[in-house]
Amino acid sequence: MSDVTLVSPGAVKEETPFRRFVSEFFASKIAVGGLLVFTIIALLAILAPWITPQNPSDLAQLDIMDGRLEPGAVGGGGMVHWLGTDDQGRDMLSGIIYGLRISLTVGVGSALIACLVGASLGLLAAYAGGKTDSLIMRVVDLQLSFPTILAALMILAFLGKGIMNVVIALVIVEWAYYARTVRGSALVERRREYIEAAQCLALPTSRILFRHLLPNCLPPLIVVGTIQIARAIALEATLSFLGLGVPITEPSLGLLIANGYEYMLSGKYWISFYPGIALLVTIVSINLMGDHLRDVLNPRLKK
Amino acid sequence: MTVYLLRRISQSFLVLIAMSIIVFVGVYAVGDPVEILISPDADQMERERAIQALGLDLPLWEQYAVFVWRALQGDLGRSFVYNEPALQLILQKMPATLELAFGSMFISILIGLPLGMYAGLKPDSAGSKLIMAGSILGFSLPTFWVGLMLIMVFAVQLGWLPSTGRGDTAYFLGLQWSFLTTNGLSHLLMPAVNLALFKISLVIRLTRSGVRETMLMDYVKFARAKGLSPSRVTFVHVFKNILIPVVTVVGLELGSTIAFSVVTESVFAWPGMGKLIIDSINVLDRPVIVAYLLIIVVMFITINLIVDLLYSALDPRVRLEGKA
Amino acid sequence: MSATLEVRNLRTHFFTRAGVVKAVDGVSFTVGRGKVMGLVGESGSGKTVTGFSIIGLVDAPGRVVEGEILYQGRNLAKLSEEEMRSLRGNRIAMIFQDPMMTLNPVLRVDTQMIETVLAHEKVSKEEARQRARDALGMVGIPSPDERLKSYPHQFSGGMRQRVAIAIALLHRPELIIADEPTTALDVTIQGQILAEVQKLAANTGTSLIWITHDLSVVAGLADDIAVMYAGRVVEDGPVSEVLDRPLHPYTHGLIGSVPSRNKRGEPLRQIPGMTPSLLKLPAGCAFRARCPRADEACLAEQKLEELLPGRHARCAHPHKDEVPA
Repeated sequence: MSDVTLVSPGAVKEETPFRRFVSEFFASKIAVGGLLVFTIIALLAILAPWITPQNPSDLAQLDIMDGRLEPGAVGGGGMVHWLGTDDQGRDMLSGIIYGLRISLTVGVGSALIACLVGASLGLLAAYAGGKTDSLIMRVVDLQLSFPTILAALMILAFLGKGIMNVVIALVIVEWAYYARTVRGSALVERRREYIEAAQCLALPTSRILFRHLLPNCLPPLIVVGTIQIARAIALEATLSFLGLGVPITEPSLGLLIANGYEYMLSGKYWISFYPGIALLVTIVSINLMGDHLRDVLNPRLKK
Repeated sequence: MTVYLLRRISQSFLVLIAMSIIVFVGVYAVGDPVEILISPDADQMERERAIQALGLDLPLWEQYAVFVWRALQGDLGRSFVYNEPALQLILQKMPATLELAFGSMFISILIGLPLGMYAGLKPDSAGSKLIMAGSILGFSLPTFWVGLMLIMVFAVQLGWLPSTGRGDTAYFLGLQWSFLTTNGLSHLLMPAVNLALFKISLVIRLTRSGVRETMLMDYVKFARAKGLSPSRVTFVHVFKNILIPVVTVVGLELGSTIAFSVVTESVFAWPGMGKLIIDSINVLDRPVIVAYLLIIVVMFITINLIVDLLYSALDPRVRLEGKA
Repeated sequence: MSATLEVRNLRTHFFTRAGVVKAVDGVSFTVGRGKVMGLVGESGSGKTVTGFSIIGLVDAPGRVVEGEILYQGRNLAKLSEEEMRSLRGNRIAMIFQDPMMTLNPVLRVDTQMIETVLAHEKVSKEEARQRARDALGMVGIPSPDERLKSYPHQFSGGMRQRVAIAIALLHRPELIIADEPTTALDVTIQGQILAEVQKLAANTGTSLIWITHDLSVVAGLADDIAVMYAGRVVEDGPVSEVLDRPLHPYTHGLIGSVPSRNKRGEPLRQIPGMTPSLLKLPAGCAFRARCPRADEACLAEQKLEELLPGRHARCAHPHKDEVPA
């Protein structure tokens, strides 16, 4: 960077908000670290069937004789179990990677659906105003006044176990955060001239909502979305741990931890310990990104 | 003030009615309690009799009406499993949960406030950065897993603390409390710390931002210009101002602390309401689920009211605006 | 006549991320015993920072980098924090600009007054309360006993400023630094407070540094005046002389822009332009970009020189030989 060099205006990269956002995001080592770790975790989860030494749900591959082996022990088939095995002789490393797959699917999936539902309702509330607004916001307030764990517990008590039911419960619990966020920023944006201009042009409402209002509500939505993904993953793990979440046929990290509970008291820590570490690393990596995104995308913090 | 109070109470009442309907209808949709409660060997006659005895043959709205009528008389139904009044069952377990919740709130303030003050007063020091990193961890750590790790380290490996249960209790005000005996206290410590984890992070963050904001206030500078000692400025002028928001938030958190005790109680086999509700959900003990949820709703509403009053007691500005 | 306070070549700089802000950059003045010194300037001229420098309350990233603040022969800039604390609120007191913000909202007035007494003197709490009551009475607050038990928000702005003044007076200080204490108040209250302070200062022999941007306040109150611009004193001298016959073009401009009865109907004169950014001040006279008299000579550094007996100005082209403005 030199002041002396003359650059023709056309050669200067235009500083779009997106570019600035990207460069600011990558300015923080912690955030980039979070992104890196999360990318690795996501890749592991996606590639699980091809990279794990064992398919933990294939009972033919399991040998009960290999049960509760310590980390690093060699199983009957000559396989090294780096993170030990569980009570049924399942390789923990494989189990964790498959567990990640389920945890991430449920967490990210429910966060996306909740985002879709919440953002739509939030936009609608802000745009329609009046009774629609107050009705939606009443429900949001009611929802937010209840601790997420309790609401999820209640819903799962109604619906019963199952991956779909967990996703539904998470969506019902989380949509209100998105709705409140979007409504808040949409109310600010709504008063801007460009929305009035769009209305004067008699553009269809849906177009105004999704093409004009929504993009301008994106920054806070991204921040909330990131943090909510982490919360959804944690909540799913908690519910599964309590035995109300995913079924045993599809063990997520939370269920793996629960399985190890009884063995932990006899000192066989690894069955609970390593899935917990995987869960922790996942959540921390997302939260680190979210924390930094909040700083980057918060206009109030900018001078 | 009176108008405001009345409006708030009636709002709370509406919420209560709405929640009771949601809860009742929702719980009704859960499986078929007959399957669980009545032995599969029972013949048709026995089944009919049981269904009638439990009122399960009435239409839903009638069941609800009966339920509300009885609830108003303090009868929230009988547990299918324990064959005891649900309300009584829950109230028996409540002291254990309250003890755990208050213990964890106490710990969160005890630990969070000094750390937050330090982080706010010396924002650039290495210690503060460590504290803030720790608070991110506190937000991220899954409570139940930390609970397991606590048990693993302090109960299994070190053998310092008991892993589960409530330990010895002593009677106070006619109820049993763990914190009154050394043994009970040792049982209480780990679950309370576990439950406090999230709140400690919260208190640290609140305190820190509160301190940083307050330090910039003119009245703090004026207090220094009066020649007060730095400790008096910090512990009287700054502290008292940040105490209000922190106490408010921690107070508001009582409800969610009680809710989250579900997890901690399950991990540490703490015999409170949380463990009861999980067990009840697993066996579909409907009256207990409904009663628990309603009690929680009432609790929330009450807590919010109390915190409002507490807030106005602590902040003279609020108190007087209310009177005027 | 010995001086209560002598400030010599004070420099207070703020080391911000954007660069060094020279908020106070070579300020000198003297406050005589029992005298009122008006420190005048626009916002951002460094007058408030000067006040905080004297009382030792410049916070990071700022600090006093150079100069002497001689209070009864002691250099305050060299005192330890504890020595400085024992002077603050005791021998040197300060009153702030916004009375709504200076009293702690969650502490009762008696708490805030008694703690001030106890910070410097070992007396009983009862005696401290007695002193607080007397001080409130002295600044004209009716039924002080009752008012002591009140919270700050139960007072009006003017009353709160009286409380702040009462707190400043608790230890009968030698020097009070008043940082625009009447700016935030109604005009009628302003007058009352001014009269009150003037009377109190005269009665107790307290010296006053009255920081303000309002020349008309200084005119009626101060004995001497120092005009600040961009972190420096550009002119000082006895108030009547400076106001009657300003030497520096900036002072000239300031006086010209005060509305007055005599000039009714005439358009108000104003100083063109804005105060320069303290972050990158050009060399030479900081006022030259706005000065009608500026030329090449102003590119050079100007010194504060005695141009008339007892009158100093920092200017290459002072209004020296003109009839009073």
